[in-house]
Amino acid sequence: MAQITLNKLNKTYGAVEVIHDIDLKIADKEFVVFVGPSGCGKSTTLRMIAGLEEVSDGELWIGEDMVNDVPSKDRDIAMVFQNYALYPHMTVYKNMAFGLALRKAKESEIDAKVREAARILDIEHLLNRKPKALSGGQRQRVALGRAMVRNPEVFLLDEPLSNLDAKLRGTMRAEITKLHKRLDATFVYVTHDQVEAMTMADRIVVMRDGHILQVDTPQELYDRPVDMFVASFIGAPQMNMLPATLRHTETGFAAEFDGRLMPLPVQDNPARLASFGDRGVILGIRPEDMHEAPPPGLPSEQLAAIHGTVDLAEPLGSEKHLNLSAGGVQIVARVSARCPAVTGAPIDLTVDMRHVHLFDPDTEQSILYGRDS
Amino acid sequence: MDNIAGTKSSLTWAVHITVVLLVALWVFPTVGLLVSSFRTGDQISTSGWWRAAFPTEQTMQFRTAGADEAIEEDGVWTLTGNVFDGSGTDPLTISAWGTSSRTPNAYEAGEMVEDDGESWTVLENGDYTYTSTEEPSRRGERFFGSALVAPEFTFGNYQRMLFDPSNVQGMSQAFFNTLTVSIPATIIPIVVAAFAAYALAWMEFPGRALLIAAVVGFLVVPLQLALIPLLRLHNAIGIGKGYMGVWLAHTAFGLPLAIYILRNYMVGLPRDIIENARVDGATDFQIFMRIILPLSFPALAAFAIFQFLWTWNDLLVALVFLIDSSGKTTVMTRQIIELLGTRGGDWEILATAAFVSMAVPLAVFFLMQKYLVRGLLAGSVK
Repeated sequence: MAQITLNKLNKTYGAVEVIHDIDLKIADKEFVVFVGPSGCGKSTTLRMIAGLEEVSDGELWIGEDMVNDVPSKDRDIAMVFQNYALYPHMTVYKNMAFGLALRKAKESEIDAKVREAARILDIEHLLNRKPKALSGGQRQRVALGRAMVRNPEVFLLDEPLSNLDAKLRGTMRAEITKLHKRLDATFVYVTHDQVEAMTMADRIVVMRDGHILQVDTPQELYDRPVDMFVASFIGAPQMNMLPATLRHTETGFAAEFDGRLMPLPVQDNPARLASFGDRGVILGIRPEDMHEAPPPGLPSEQLAAIHGTVDLAEPLGSEKHLNLSAGGVQIVARVSARCPAVTGAPIDLTVDMRHVHLFDPDTEQSILYGRDS
Repeated sequence: MDNIAGTKSSLTWAVHITVVLLVALWVFPTVGLLVSSFRTGDQISTSGWWRAAFPTEQTMQFRTAGADEAIEEDGVWTLTGNVFDGSGTDPLTISAWGTSSRTPNAYEAGEMVEDDGESWTVLENGDYTYTSTEEPSRRGERFFGSALVAPEFTFGNYQRMLFDPSNVQGMSQAFFNTLTVSIPATIIPIVVAAFAAYALAWMEFPGRALLIAAVVGFLVVPLQLALIPLLRLHNAIGIGKGYMGVWLAHTAFGLPLAIYILRNYMVGLPRDIIENARVDGATDFQIFMRIILPLSFPALAAFAIFQFLWTWNDLLVALVFLIDSSGKTTVMTRQIIELLGTRGGDWEILATAAFVSMAVPLAVFFLMQKYLVRGLLAGSVK
């Protein structure tokens, strides 16, 4: 059993506080991904779990033990570093055997485990090479293999794919996911790449400035971001943020943007929405929720219209990205590749209002899905 | 902009010329010493080392046979013979000769000279005829001849300086003494400094920055400043003069630079590797032995070369801490100074002694030079 519990965890460097009281429970065998921009504290958190940084305050539990003062080698963890950190003077075999040899494992046992890991990762033919004779992807596999041979309860991966090219990244992403299923261990994975986070994670932890903003499954995070930062961090192209005014109408609520009323979806909590009445709000619309024609089968009260001018049309083959200006803001819409819009032409887009988001412009919190405050 | 290309090419030339000059500056005296050490004293005094490979015109002194062999006839004594008979040298071709040391080449071979009742004939092959109206001296008459002598090299100097046990001025004892000083004086500071450098580079402890600053400070302490206090200390604690003392002194004087170079190198090793080893379960000692030391080899080798050359060529520290009145522990630098005093004119001896003392540093340098360059650059340039 290797659940990880972070209890009011703090990290300070001198007077500078970089991690502020974060709480998190990572379940046994879960695949958790930390995402966030550079300097948000995700790597520091991982390094605290690894025991490479001291915990300044709070408690860190792995399994049944509080490990604040347990050295890394006794935490039953393995770590994969961004630049692989292979021992340059040792062969691949020695690299992978190093941890076991330090633990005084039997020669035959080491050999069996190294060969097994090499077989799984398809690097058997590289065992006698030195790291400098390997390609980036092969080094990455060796780094993974080195972590695997010790059968740790927890794998910590610090941006392991960021030094690979795009194609290899896709392959390795799938392989790490498979590895997680196969090894049946807890994975904690740090990345700044939202695609990696979305595709691999059981749950995603979004961090910013040393705070955890949201912990949720990828789909939940995408559908119900708690604030503007999460909303714009997850999803590409980014969610459009339109300044609007909240209006009370006979049928419910609507957001007024560019002189038009856009009906808002029915709310579980109308009272909360009512408190924002006639105030400025931020209307968040994902690019794919804008269509060049009304989607069939949707009643008109769930649709709204936006009128704009196309600044740039980017055909991607399967779809088309339209950069337009509407109501004084820049909007990106993802429309079908067959949309005839061309640069410079005016266009009317239909918005699927079932999936829009509302944010408080002062606190940046989501009004529809936010934490109750 | 248009002068950039010109600047670059002239700089390149300057670099090339400087390199050639430096190489020449180093090679000429070295080769000169080497060649001279294989020549005899006579050869050195008659021609420069750069002519050692060619035949030389040498002026030799000969004597006729003594009065015993003279044949008297009508009051005229006649001596005949060949100068190379019984002299042990190979016959040479005499080109010129003379009877006075001031004009040793006055006459050509085959010429007959009469003067004051004496007459001389010297042939090319060394045959001579001497007649005189007076009885010649018992040891024979002196005359001079010039001949082309073929180039000749000898191992005699080395034989004499290294392998002749009866030669008290020989270099063999001093050679081994110098080795006895240099090898431990190289190994001890490297071992100590490697540990210190790892601690200063990768272990967290209070006062680390101060210690590093202190090491840098010690770099600039002149060695001479510490000689007398250190010697007094050695005498007080009973080490006295001897190998132990000179090892400790060399270690102490070498440590600051060793720690400084090694720490700077180790601090540049990737942090990830060390952290990974830590997660892998390695203790600090295991990280040091199995990761840091193998990866620091270029820096270790570079410093080892330096320290070895310094201790090998050292005179001052050895004089203060090692050499006593018995002379049993003399080192080569000291031995050469002694030779300069007692055998100052015998250049073949001095050249041989000098080359013996240079041979090991040269070998070390040529075998290890790639580490020297790599180790020094590795810390500064990525």
